[in-house]
Amino acid sequence: MSAAAVKLKLVETHAGPLPPRVAAVAAAEHVRKAEAVPPAPTKPAVVFARWIGRGIAQALPALIVTLVLLLIWELACSGPKASLPAPSKIWMESRDLITQPFFVNGPQDIGLGWRILTSLQRVAIGFGLAAIVGVLMGALVGQSQWAMRGLDPIFQVLRTVPPLAWLPISLAAFRDSAPSAIFVIFITAIWPVIINTAVGIRNIPQDYRNVAAVLRLNHAEFFWRIMIPSAAPYIFTGLRIGIGLSWLAIVAAEMLTGGVGIGFFIWDAWNSSKLSDIVVALIYIGVVGFVLDRIVAALGTLATRGTAAA
Amino acid sequence: MIARVDAKSHTESVTMRPGRAFLNIDHVDKTFARGGVTTEVLKDVNLTIDKGEFISIIGHSGCGKSTLLNLISGLTNVTAGAILLEDREVNAPGPDRAVVFQNHSLLPWLTVYDNIKLAVDKVFSGTKSKVERHDWTMHNLSLVQMEHAKDKRPSEISGGMKQRVGIARALAMEPKVLLMDEPFGALDALTRAKLQESVMEIHSRLGNTAVMITHDVDEAVLLSDRIVMMTNGPAACIGEILKIDLPRPRQRLELVSDPAYIAAREAVLRFLYERHSYVESAA
Repeated sequence: MSAAAVKLKLVETHAGPLPPRVAAVAAAEHVRKAEAVPPAPTKPAVVFARWIGRGIAQALPALIVTLVLLLIWELACSGPKASLPAPSKIWMESRDLITQPFFVNGPQDIGLGWRILTSLQRVAIGFGLAAIVGVLMGALVGQSQWAMRGLDPIFQVLRTVPPLAWLPISLAAFRDSAPSAIFVIFITAIWPVIINTAVGIRNIPQDYRNVAAVLRLNHAEFFWRIMIPSAAPYIFTGLRIGIGLSWLAIVAAEMLTGGVGIGFFIWDAWNSSKLSDIVVALIYIGVVGFVLDRIVAALGTLATRGTAAA
Repeated sequence: MIARVDAKSHTESVTMRPGRAFLNIDHVDKTFARGGVTTEVLKDVNLTIDKGEFISIIGHSGCGKSTLLNLISGLTNVTAGAILLEDREVNAPGPDRAVVFQNHSLLPWLTVYDNIKLAVDKVFSGTKSKVERHDWTMHNLSLVQMEHAKDKRPSEISGGMKQRVGIARALAMEPKVLLMDEPFGALDALTRAKLQESVMEIHSRLGNTAVMITHDVDEAVLLSDRIVMMTNGPAACIGEILKIDLPRPRQRLELVSDPAYIAAREAVLRFLYERHSYVESAA
């Protein structure tokens, strides 16, 4: 503060010309003082401690509520005539599934972790395709008034078709269960990606378009340098909805197409009346779906740093 | 459609004329048509600007100042007439007419350095090497004294700093004409004064041609070689052009009591508030 102030005084009191370097430094200081610099970020250690504290505060109620619900469930299903298994029964019957996700006893007798991975692989392909095609289509629809008018009604109709309704058609078209399952995921996940991307691109501020116009950015440059970063918050909203939907679709699709995935496992367990296994599988699916959602959300936060705060 | 054809034929006749100005705004009309209603914003605007001149355009809001700047930048097209820069018709935006936007328009996902580098890379991709482009980016950052914030994002710096970066980005394109649309309008008075001084200093050093829109009379008198005063819209045109014959470099404090400065200031104020006082319908 004081050094800058002294230099500033120098500039103001000396009517004659200062050595240019001193003047420049003083002027720079002057500017820095006048235009308030945002405060320095807090130390990482402090942030981490605060984060842990907040984590405990948030997790504790969830833990209590879960325990209470398990207790109610145990009481409700403990009678001899209960149609669903109680938690204690599930633990006894399906302990291997819970404790060992990655065992392999035979081609169809494998841990749920392996099944989840198989399903995730399908989702990765289907959702990956949906993300790429969805962003490109969304960019087209968002950028061109004509494409919007032509394609939007079709999108609006098709997106209401339930995932499973696509399955017979895709089975007929692909004549194989594996690509059919992937197609069902693709067609389920693509709509929110298209629609959100289109909205994001329609909302690109005119200022950014003007900047691009003055710089004479070509189409590819405009797409990568302006469109994608500017629409990123919207795109990631679409991707987040899309990954949730594709995880919903995989289970349904696998129930019908068979194979190794988690969906087929549920169907198989139902056919052999292993209700406990189904409950365990449901929990796996829920946890994985939650993690997927968080991963996409985290990627979104990472990718849109700075974009949201213009 | 017919108007466009007119503009074209007009251009050719003008191009033939010898002894032209650097930037020539020649009988420009601009009408906007929206939903069957046509609004005549500019009518018969004529202005010639010499190389190295600093021009301010002043007028009440709604008089079409920004429209005129957009026409020069090429972001919108003229309805009739033509704008010629070095005898070539302006009909699309380009880096030879770099714009400093009122709200800085920095890309928030790029750092200060990358915002300028984007422009430098685009404009000098064929003529400067990678190292030269880096040096040129840094040079322009230093022109506006922003090297220290080069790795910050626009959201992390103040409004005045953002506008500095906006100016640096425009300067980095080495424009033939620097266009500024109320560049200091959104800033507080102290920051504005500092940036005005920066702009004066840069203008005297680089000698670039500049067209600035402002609604600040003092700013116009302090910075300009000529002040273009516009009548109120609709169908606004240039009401009067005032030449400011103050020696450069100009010192704000010395000018306060300078009779020439006071006279110029009074002339602009009289134009704005006596002869063309603000009409509500024009807003």
